[in-house]
Amino acid sequence: MEVVFEIPVIGLILQFVAYLVQVMPSLAPIILGISVPIAFGALCGVMNERSGVVNIGIEGMMLMSAFFGFIAAGFTAEVIGEQVIGPFSATVPLLLGVLVALATAMLLSVLHAWLCISVRADQIISGVIINLLAFGLTGYLNRIFISPNPGLGGGTFSSFHPPSWLVDIPLVGWLFSMFLEHGPISMTLIVFVIGLQILLFRSRWGLRTRAVGEHPRAADTLGIDVFRLRYRNVILGGVFAGLAGAYLTLEQVGAFQNGMTVGRGFIALACVIFGRWTPIGAFGAALLFAGTAVFGRAVNITPPTGNLAPLGDFLSSIPQQFYGVLPYVVTIIILAGVVGRSIPPAADGRPYEKEGQAA
Amino acid sequence: MPVLAVFLGLAGGAIVIVISNAASGRGFDLLLPLRAYASMLTGAVTGVDELVRTMSEATPLILAGLSVAVGFKAGLFNIGANGQFLMGALGAGAVGAAVAGWTPWLAIPIALAGGMFFGALYGFIPGALKAWTGAHEVVTTIMLNFIAAALVAFLVTGPLLAPGFSFARTGDVGNAAFPAIGNVAASGHIGILVAFAAVPIIYWLLNRSVLGFEIRMVGANPSAARYAGINPGRLVILTMSLAGMLAGMAGAGQVLGITHFVSASFSTAAGFDAITIALLGRVHPVGVLFAALLFGVMRAGSALMQIQVRVPVEIIDVIQAVILLFLTAEILVRWIFRVRVERAGLEELKTITKTYGQATR
Repeated sequence: MEVVFEIPVIGLILQFVAYLVQVMPSLAPIILGISVPIAFGALCGVMNERSGVVNIGIEGMMLMSAFFGFIAAGFTAEVIGEQVIGPFSATVPLLLGVLVALATAMLLSVLHAWLCISVRADQIISGVIINLLAFGLTGYLNRIFISPNPGLGGGTFSSFHPPSWLVDIPLVGWLFSMFLEHGPISMTLIVFVIGLQILLFRSRWGLRTRAVGEHPRAADTLGIDVFRLRYRNVILGGVFAGLAGAYLTLEQVGAFQNGMTVGRGFIALACVIFGRWTPIGAFGAALLFAGTAVFGRAVNITPPTGNLAPLGDFLSSIPQQFYGVLPYVVTIIILAGVVGRSIPPAADGRPYEKEGQAA
Repeated sequence: MPVLAVFLGLAGGAIVIVISNAASGRGFDLLLPLRAYASMLTGAVTGVDELVRTMSEATPLILAGLSVAVGFKAGLFNIGANGQFLMGALGAGAVGAAVAGWTPWLAIPIALAGGMFFGALYGFIPGALKAWTGAHEVVTTIMLNFIAAALVAFLVTGPLLAPGFSFARTGDVGNAAFPAIGNVAASGHIGILVAFAAVPIIYWLLNRSVLGFEIRMVGANPSAARYAGINPGRLVILTMSLAGMLAGMAGAGQVLGITHFVSASFSTAAGFDAITIALLGRVHPVGVLFAALLFGVMRAGSALMQIQVRVPVEIIDVIQAVILLFLTAEILVRWIFRVRVERAGLEELKTITKTYGQATR
């Protein structure tokens, strides 16, 4: 091995691969955790764009549902306390928080759907409105409700810990810890990913959705109500954005900060494109982004040593801020690399007008 | 139509103020929004100092608004004015600190040009990415905003760090600083004049020059422009660079006119205000000027509003989103006021969404 590692350039790349193989199993649960909000955001994007609606407002939907979920859980906890009533140390405030988060995102989705489908407004501007509204309203309400109550909060869901015999299975054990060592929202992610993949490509609803996204006029001719299906899909897609927001404040952090989504909603859009508008592809892309986000931390905690030392010296000489922006840089590179070659649904971003309807 | 949207935006803000005030247990007060807006206006226009401050708040908004408007004209959505603003500020701060000892006649233009150059460079990147690879500017410019903030933190705490201060910052711009206008506390500076001068220049560029004609043609219909012998890719790169230069100028003005240095936590929201301003001004330079002045009033007066009636300044962001909502959905305005309003008719906007996820070539 050492001989191979000393080849110039290629050796460094091989060292890099060896390092990834060495650290990835221990990082896998963290990576999945980081990918959760991105992947849920991407599922929302897939639902929207497959039905022909572009949704730039996922970021804002996430932020709003994170905020209102947190507020609902926090104030309920003040009134009725935090009695654990189920697995994952679920409490009534936490469950209520999740419901409020979902409702928030769905309400914003109704607004987006109405603007895009009925008003036939510009879909990107509609998304920007949602983002601006989310940043403004959460910032404003944060100042009024959270700042004066520093103790506010309904806690977080706890993580499940798979039994050690399962995790210790050689070769595949780390996969169990990757998918199972989590709270309830993260654990459902993979179910939704696979479920949506099957529904989208194997069910009647999926076929109709794809038809509406590719050729709405043809779908209309065959008796599919384009407006109704688009409304339904955009609003249901909002559920995923709501789960992403709920994850941030009710499972991951347990606190709200202004702008805490830090671009995850936009990275999710890149995942949709990179995953070629499929749920599984988008999930894979989200894992890749999460991997790049964790990578800097990995270099800090367990730097490459031994015969990987030259790589370690190289990686630790890179300033920490660089690792911080890695997900954003990768987003740009991926968009630049794959967009020309991936084909979006043909009616993506185009409002549908019935024949004879005034423009 | 824009006036109605502003009115409805203020009304939307008022509803949020009344409800949030009641929900936070401070009582149900229907007159609170009126008092809030009144003290906002008091803080912005009563007195010379207040007017100068309003102008200086409006200055970066005029330039950033023009930046977004120029993009719209070419069918490009520049959400990256924030990042370009930061790079312009950083460029002006770095160049300004380097030429701080020179005569102001040289130092000021060189530092300003430095800011404009780095802003343009930062606009060039998404332009080139779109022209060469088809990566849509909406996502790339937002990613570049985050990268710009990290670059500022990295460069100001590292290579550009000035020794001898209690916090991380760049060196003082010294002689490169814009001369002040009026009372120093009101932070007026000659950058205000620069921004006002930019309005007719951009108007001329867009409506009277060959480049402007090509920009508008690409925005209205890229395929037609291509058949007419215009290279849309080249135009996309040029327009984004121009937009970046304008936003960079806004950032440079902020550093050379007001802060005189860049700190590691230097940040801005001008790029997001600029989106509303450009649309409120109907993507016309003179409209942008008035919209920016309106936002200047709100930004300048909001501090007094927060002190006097305890309504957080963030209400401006809410008002802004509601204004944008009513601008977009003019059908709502028609319905509320029972009037016939001409359609917003911004054809360029259709190009933006059409090209999403697709190559422009």
